[in-house]
Amino acid sequence: MANTTDLPENVEFLRKHVLVERDRVTSVSGSDYPHQYPGLNNQWDLETFKENFKVTINRLSEHSVEFDLVGVDASVANAFRRVMIAEVPTMAIENVYVMNNTSIIHDEVLSHRLGLVPIRAPPDAFDYRSADDGPTDLNTLVFKLKVKCQRNPNAAADETDPQNLYINSNVYSRDLVWEPKGNQQEKFGEDKIGPVYDDILLAKLRPGQEIEMELHCTKGIGREHAKWSPVATASYRLLPKIEILSPIEGPAAIKFQGCFADGVIELVQDNGKTLAKVVNARKDTVSREALRHPEFENKVRLSRVRDHFIFNVESTGIIPPQDIFVRALDVFLEKVDHIRPALDKVTNNS
Amino acid sequence: MSLLTFFFSLHFLQEGGANDQTAMTFCLTDEDHTFGNSLRYMVNKNPQVDFCGYSIPHPSESKMNIRIQTSSKTTAVEAFRKGMVDLTEMTKYIRQAYMAELEKGAYETFDELV
Repeated sequence: MANTTDLPENVEFLRKHVLVERDRVTSVSGSDYPHQYPGLNNQWDLETFKENFKVTINRLSEHSVEFDLVGVDASVANAFRRVMIAEVPTMAIENVYVMNNTSIIHDEVLSHRLGLVPIRAPPDAFDYRSADDGPTDLNTLVFKLKVKCQRNPNAAADETDPQNLYINSNVYSRDLVWEPKGNQQEKFGEDKIGPVYDDILLAKLRPGQEIEMELHCTKGIGREHAKWSPVATASYRLLPKIEILSPIEGPAAIKFQGCFADGVIELVQDNGKTLAKVVNARKDTVSREALRHPEFENKVRLSRVRDHFIFNVESTGIIPPQDIFVRALDVFLEKVDHIRPALDKVTNNS
Repeated sequence: MSLLTFFFSLHFLQEGGANDQTAMTFCLTDEDHTFGNSLRYMVNKNPQVDFCGYSIPHPSESKMNIRIQTSSKTTAVEAFRKGMVDLTEMTKYIRQAYMAELEKGAYETFDELV
């Protein structure tokens, strides 16, 4: 959004912020379109966008990433979030061929559980498999699951723990064995194809029960089934803003600090008085606790900055978290590339 | 028109327009709020566009209608095209900026307690 305008202060505030009141949230919709404000030409200009746009990566771990996007509109940030959840392709178990299942877990229940196991495999290296395609080494990964539970002859007479009484009483995801087909061994030999986590409990067995199944993994997107979603979740929140309108001092300041999460408000000493000061609004969870107390109602204004999005993306482990956003952007660009020729075809024919 | 709907993912709704090209409703199949809302935002940023809105007629059907009405200086199809071009420009720039941030490595890495 443009930085300096001649608009009155309250209009300018509502243009750039979402106001959070005690019992409602107002000024929610963005209004940075042309012809909305006198003197403000909000038409699309890439250079203006580049000036106002900023992306900052804050934290990165093996499983999640937190980054900020400043200067985009909610519709675009939401589009990226939706694509991250539902349209970035991954590989997951789709077809389960049961040769033998004498466990008490029903075939379909066990198959459902297997589908949800995240499988580490580079999705770009595979093609989608349509309903009438057979399984080939270009579109399918094959796993075998063969576990038989037996009594443990070396267990103590009074043993109660099933892990010690029986051999293979628990079926874990580490029991999934990859069977490379075709040239998959050369292509992926280095990549550690298999479940991301070894210790996912799939089924429990007792002596005499066995499971023998062949599992086929195919490529898909989260929109079809959540098992193909690369994220545990991807979410964003808007940057909170706390403005203290008139000074809060003394014991009220201590109470005020208690209304917010740790680290948001600090008490400073000024002329012998304790004053409350906002130091890190980003940590605020916007619980609006301060607005519940009548003594603070007119002294503080809670709002959120409309175009500052704090994204938190947690990966299931298939794709590194920092790459998921890039892939989401690529999928989004592909969407547009798909629509443009369709538009051309229709407008040329009509 | 019906043949067009069968083969392509986009068609015009018949009663949508005036006789000139400034007002049109496009129906896209297999699209939803992801593309609809962001395209609507971008088309509305065009000063020649009088109206742009999108709707999803029924959630069980994966169709999205987007209606564009423009001033006489441009046509609805042009506005649609410009919206898509602008959206692509913006996304490409965001991608480039994000990759640059990743390269810089100025972020905190931490280990989760699993």
